[in-house]
Amino acid sequence: MPKELESGSHESPDDSSSTAQTLELLCHLDNTAHSNMACVVWEPMGDGKKIISLADNHILLWDLQESSSQAVLASSASLGGKGQLKFTSGRWSPHHNCTQVATANDTTLRGWDTRTMSQIYCIENAHGQLVRDLDFNPNKQYYLASCGDDCKVKFWDTRNVTEPVKTLEEHSHWVWNVRYNHSHDQLVLTGSSDSRVILSNMVSISSEPFGHLVDDDDISDQEDHRSEEKSKEPLQDNVIATYEEHEDSVYAVDWSSADPWLFASLSYDGRLVINRVPRALKYHILL
Amino acid sequence: MAAAAAAGSSPGSRPGDSPEGPEGEAPERRRKAHGMLKLYYGLSEGEAAGRPAGPDPLDPTDLNGAHFDPEVYLDKLRRECPLAQLMDSETDMVRRIRALDATYTIRKMKNDFRKMEDEMDRLATNMAVITDFSARISATLQDRHERITKLAGVHALLRKLQFLFELPSRLTKCVELGAYGQAVRYQGRAQAVLQQYQHLPSFRAIQDDCQVITARLAQQLRQRFREGGSGAPEQAECVELLLALGEPAEELCEEFLAHARGRLEEELRSLEAELGPSPPAPDVLEFTDHGGSGFVGGLCQVAAAYQELFAAQGPAGAERLAAFARELGSRYFALVERRLAQEQGGGDNSLLVRALDRFHRRLRAPGALLAAAGLAEAATEIVERVARERLGHHLQGLRAAFLGCLTDVRQALAAPRVAGKEGPGLAELLANVASSILSHIKASLAAVHLFTAKEVSFSNKPYFRGEFCSQGVREGLIVGFIRSMCQTAQSFCDSPGEKGGATPPALLLLLSRLCLDYETATISYILTLTDEQFLVQDQFPVTPVSTLCAEARETARRLLTHYVKVQGLVISQMLRKSVETRDWLSTLEPRNVRAVMKRVVEDTTAIDVQVGLLYEEGVRKAQSSDSSKRTFSVYSSSRQQGRYAPSYTPSAPMDTNLLSNIQKLFSERIDVFSPVEFNKVSVLTGIIKISLKTLLECVRLRTFGRFGLQQVQVDCHFLQLYLWRFVADEELVHLLLDEVVASAALRCPDPVPMEPSVVEVICERG
Repeated sequence: MPKELESGSHESPDDSSSTAQTLELLCHLDNTAHSNMACVVWEPMGDGKKIISLADNHILLWDLQESSSQAVLASSASLGGKGQLKFTSGRWSPHHNCTQVATANDTTLRGWDTRTMSQIYCIENAHGQLVRDLDFNPNKQYYLASCGDDCKVKFWDTRNVTEPVKTLEEHSHWVWNVRYNHSHDQLVLTGSSDSRVILSNMVSISSEPFGHLVDDDDISDQEDHRSEEKSKEPLQDNVIATYEEHEDSVYAVDWSSADPWLFASLSYDGRLVINRVPRALKYHILL
Repeated sequence: MAAAAAAGSSPGSRPGDSPEGPEGEAPERRRKAHGMLKLYYGLSEGEAAGRPAGPDPLDPTDLNGAHFDPEVYLDKLRRECPLAQLMDSETDMVRRIRALDATYTIRKMKNDFRKMEDEMDRLATNMAVITDFSARISATLQDRHERITKLAGVHALLRKLQFLFELPSRLTKCVELGAYGQAVRYQGRAQAVLQQYQHLPSFRAIQDDCQVITARLAQQLRQRFREGGSGAPEQAECVELLLALGEPAEELCEEFLAHARGRLEEELRSLEAELGPSPPAPDVLEFTDHGGSGFVGGLCQVAAAYQELFAAQGPAGAERLAAFARELGSRYFALVERRLAQEQGGGDNSLLVRALDRFHRRLRAPGALLAAAGLAEAATEIVERVARERLGHHLQGLRAAFLGCLTDVRQALAAPRVAGKEGPGLAELLANVASSILSHIKASLAAVHLFTAKEVSFSNKPYFRGEFCSQGVREGLIVGFIRSMCQTAQSFCDSPGEKGGATPPALLLLLSRLCLDYETATISYILTLTDEQFLVQDQFPVTPVSTLCAEARETARRLLTHYVKVQGLVISQMLRKSVETRDWLSTLEPRNVRAVMKRVVEDTTAIDVQVGLLYEEGVRKAQSSDSSKRTFSVYSSSRQQGRYAPSYTPSAPMDTNLLSNIQKLFSERIDVFSPVEFNKVSVLTGIIKISLKTLLECVRLRTFGRFGLQQVQVDCHFLQLYLWRFVADEELVHLLLDEVVASAALRCPDPVPMEPSVVEVICERG
């Protein structure tokens, strides 16, 4: 899994920290032609030589050379249309051999084919207001989550974009982030400027809609047979927990790439909160 | 005394007797009786012998004497006897008179019997003589009598024969004259005889002739029957005659019905013609009248005639009639339904109900006559169906009226802006909408109420007494409408792409108030009205008022919340644009409050006025007497931040935020999009919360120069000066605005705040 590059790092290089290890500049994405860079995402799989960056109304595909010391603009596309269109966010789909990228601009979601840099789908008015973030289901193709200023989190099947598959309306202000758990995609994390982080269990539209289907020989000789029986009951989507440790708007949430049950959230006041998926749920999912 | 005198005055042949005391009564009496018998049997000899021992026959006091004078006797008695004796003699007298009466009657009977005996003897003799004579005469006349009898028989036979021989010509004549009845009677009389003697050639000929004529007769009757020009009664006569001619009844039944069918189909055709596609059909009342008098009347006649004529056919015949009625009836019903369907669009219920009433009433007669055909049931079903459809129609009408009202409101809301002057106020519009809907509901109730009017023939059917009232009117129409109204109103909340906001916010506000009014009063009023008009009294469960009220309240709440969101979004967008489009790094030193802030305050004021038209003020927290007091604290805090900010050591941000964090620890978390209460302050608080939170978030995404920060400072102070009055808790405004300034300061590389006094001056000038 390639490491995530903070989108803001290009914009504001001023806060060079003194105590931490100094960062070495490997490569420079020449963005002089395009002013504001909203988002930079690595190719999720493969050898990590491709980067997509979103700048204003342009979507740019960079190719890092062998040495990773030089970025070459491989291809680009731009949004046409009335008004000043600006990309706000983008994600790279881990499916289809990493040939798809989804972007958000204003209230619209768009899908792009990186091979031709052409639009493959478009969800107009995906949200009532600005779309803040989106994420692909890592285990289930075509499934996409988005969130925005209308306080909603919506789940889409990109094959049928007329209606969202599911809508969550748990936050009371803009939802800034939505993240699928990397391995258990029923776990969805959202962070909002209402200072809350919400962990939801979207089991009905996950890749394991009937719970973890365990083979008989897989059952360890542990004592937890009751929970195993439980998992056969129909599962319902629900909010697992609402974390209210933050005193100010939460602007980032993400899952640990090392431990699938760990996640962190960062709020405006600089508070970083690390939480764990409730143990009961963890066992419920695992066993 | 008078009676004794009367008795005494009659035949003076009474044996003498003197009134004596009771001691000598018994022998005296016997003697007297003997005397009387003697007198009866041997009058002459008794007279001749006389009665030497008897008293002087000339003595007028002798009761039995011929010369008895009652006056003298009485005088004598009165003069001679004392009272006691007088009394005795009176009772004695009375007793004797009674005895005397009996004796007299018996004597007379005896006499009569004897006479009768004599006469009887004589009669017997005479009879014997007569018998004798009679026997002799009979014997003499015997022979002749026999001959006469024979002659009479021959005569009768001859007359019959003559009748038979004349029969063909008579029949012909009758047939020619059209006296079919007569002909049939003749034929009937001759039939048996001809049948019996058909082996005789002459009779055979007559029979053949008759058969030919009869066949012709039957032919003619049938002809007449078929022609159909004649009315049903004449036809019935034809059928009767044909039956008498021995035609097969079954065939006649068929033919009769076929013929009736022809006529009824004619009626149906004419009805169908009235339905006609293009020319406007006559009104439904006229139509059902035609149908009732033409078809149903005809059917009644046919049924009555049929039952009269073919009563002998038994159940099979009745079944045939029922099938006939069923088939034609169903065609008639189909026509009626088509006509009624045309009526569905119309608004006039009274005509329809009257038409249905006639239709239903009319069909009750044949219903009784043809119970098996089930026409009355079918008619009731049609009426019920129509009633249901009417309910549906009225529900649609109410919905359309509601939507119409909404359109009117939209237009009214759109118009004043064009005209540039204030149109009708929201309160007025609300009152208009409410009264319009209410009057529509009442009109619908009244219209539907016609179905249950007492004088309507079907109103006592179980459906109209129970289900129609409860499930149809109350649940289907009224509750259904209120629900659909709530749904329609709610649908404005989930309009796709809320941003587009095709719904004017004022409409949301108005609908919200409307629903709230429904919750508080109107629903229970309407339902009470309905329950009163339609005495709902059956076991079907009905929606309780409280449930509906809860729904209405929920709708009102959602609408108001949506209103807050929409208005908040409008102001948010303004603020967001103003923050996003400006280059805060290279801005000049603030001299004025930015126009957009003034605009925000103006808009907020406008919203305040708008909401104030429909919602009550609401409660606020106790306000500090001097709102400007806060000014200093804000800037003192921001100054503090300013003091720390330049250094920007790693620990600095923590310290910077410490204050605000501590502050937040003690303040409630702000739910930005939270449900609102039904009052103005709550609504405004919601809108301002949303707007300021947006401002905060937008400011955090920007980088400010020194003057940029100062501009934010000025703007926030300005907002604070004007917005506090709208909200429930001014602390909230302060908190959010502090946050904005603090956030801007954090995003400022050179945070040098403006002097509070300068800020105040600028704000007051602006």
